[in-house]
Amino acid sequence: MLRDITIGQYYQTESLIHRMDPRVKLGGTLLYILSLFFFGNFWAYGIAVLFLAAVIRLSHVPFRYMVRGMKSILFLLLITVVFNIFLIPGTELVSFWKLTITQEGLKTAVTMAIRLTLLIIGSSVMTLTTTPNNLTDGMEKMLKPLKVFHVPVHEVAMIMSIALRFIPILMEETDKIMKAQIARGADFESGSLIKRAKALVPLLVPLFISAFRRANDLAMAMEARCYRGGDGRTKMKPLVYQRRDRLGYVCIFAYMAVSIAVGRLL
Amino acid sequence: MPIILDHINYIYGGGTPLEVKALDDICLQIPDGQFIGIIGHTGSGKSTLVQHFNGLLKATSGHIYFHGEDIYDRDFSMKKLRSKVGLVFQYPEHQLFEIDVLSDVCFGPKNLGYDKKAAELKAFEALRKVGLPMDLYYQSPFDLSGGQKRRVAIAGVLAMEPEVLILDEPTAGLDPKGRDEILHQIKELQKETGMTILLVSHSMEDVAEYVDRIIVMSGGRILYDDAPKNVFSRYRELEEIGLAAPQVTYILHELKDRGFDVDISATTIEEAAETVVKAVYGNRGGR
Repeated sequence: MLRDITIGQYYQTESLIHRMDPRVKLGGTLLYILSLFFFGNFWAYGIAVLFLAAVIRLSHVPFRYMVRGMKSILFLLLITVVFNIFLIPGTELVSFWKLTITQEGLKTAVTMAIRLTLLIIGSSVMTLTTTPNNLTDGMEKMLKPLKVFHVPVHEVAMIMSIALRFIPILMEETDKIMKAQIARGADFESGSLIKRAKALVPLLVPLFISAFRRANDLAMAMEARCYRGGDGRTKMKPLVYQRRDRLGYVCIFAYMAVSIAVGRLL
Repeated sequence: MPIILDHINYIYGGGTPLEVKALDDICLQIPDGQFIGIIGHTGSGKSTLVQHFNGLLKATSGHIYFHGEDIYDRDFSMKKLRSKVGLVFQYPEHQLFEIDVLSDVCFGPKNLGYDKKAAELKAFEALRKVGLPMDLYYQSPFDLSGGQKRRVAIAGVLAMEPEVLILDEPTAGLDPKGRDEILHQIKELQKETGMTILLVSHSMEDVAEYVDRIIVMSGGRILYDDAPKNVFSRYRELEEIGLAAPQVTYILHELKDRGFDVDISATTIEEAAETVVKAVYGNRGGR
């Protein structure tokens, strides 16, 4: 039941995108998301779609797999579209009962839907092709300048990578405890809201206990290996830009230039 | 014949690159009152298999019959099935959540609709069966030792009075003494109640002494399904899939090869000792 969530997951395969420096992917994704909000017309979105399609092709991640993860946010998308269609005032198109669809509303709704879809697929391309460890490594290195202002960059990155690392473990644990309690006759699915909330106690108590136990074990293991925070810590695989990374930057900037130009001029 | 598995297949993560065929055409019959060991290496599908017995996992294809009824029928009550087929998971102590031992064991019977008094009676009985000292009944389950916690968790399932009890690696992470105690208690339980017990393990040594029948799993298939001595006689094939026969089997075979007239079908240490003594002294009329 919990296995179906693919958002934020890593997809193991071999591709140019997978090998790229996480900083390129992070920066590229940020710029791409930014570009989605600059556009003035639909031509620019066409270019955004083409660019994303090319990247997905290069990443060797099956498109079907990506779309499966989209299912969970379909509801959000639907709400956004419905609200935009009916609630934006402007020139009237159709009207029935108390609802009116306006030209402006329709336009905003469509743009929003495209934007959201591209935004989510775009960022999931990044998480699908980058291991969480790599991602936080890249983030740490990108944010290093902030250390001057006493921002604990390393600690934040470490917290993030541990949190990400624990998501699948805790999901598996939840699944296991749930099954164990169902085997003892627990019922998580029926009854009133209060009854269902109460039914969660036999799941949450063991889950919290196990989370604390794991946190304790991990802290102990880290201390046993002399972890003392970021100062003076070196990396086994330091991030160094390669030719493909420079090429990646060139591509993303070229895309930005073309799409903004198209958005403004056409 | 309470449980029959008919051509069961199960595929994990269907439609993703991580697709794994966990169970491959499993056919099984579990008669009443048998003590069965399910043996297999990590990832052989044994845990997946036992989760089918009480309907926690639904087979990708195939049928399971419980007392002649197909459990995948729409009007079949899964809740009833789960009260009849008790499943104790690996590290069952991780499921404890109540403030004291007795309330935790009451959780199962209460879910079955028994009132407080009836549930507590069943809990007392279950705790007695697993041999937990009486003075621990009102302690927090989190203050107990590992072995004690496990007994409480097993009692939690026993209190539902199942006809079939499945234990998934009940001895994992216990020291040899705790292991022997738990296994011994399970055997006693089987003798006392006559319930059908399935014991999942990766260690032949664990089960050899106790079970009537061994099912060996490898790669999602059933490799052997036979009496212990017949399974152990294939110890060379067992080694190929990363399992081993009990040590006595090796010793007896070695002795046989060196010309001693021992009975190689002995599976427990006691039986082995007997046949060795007989082979060495027997022909001379005892000591």
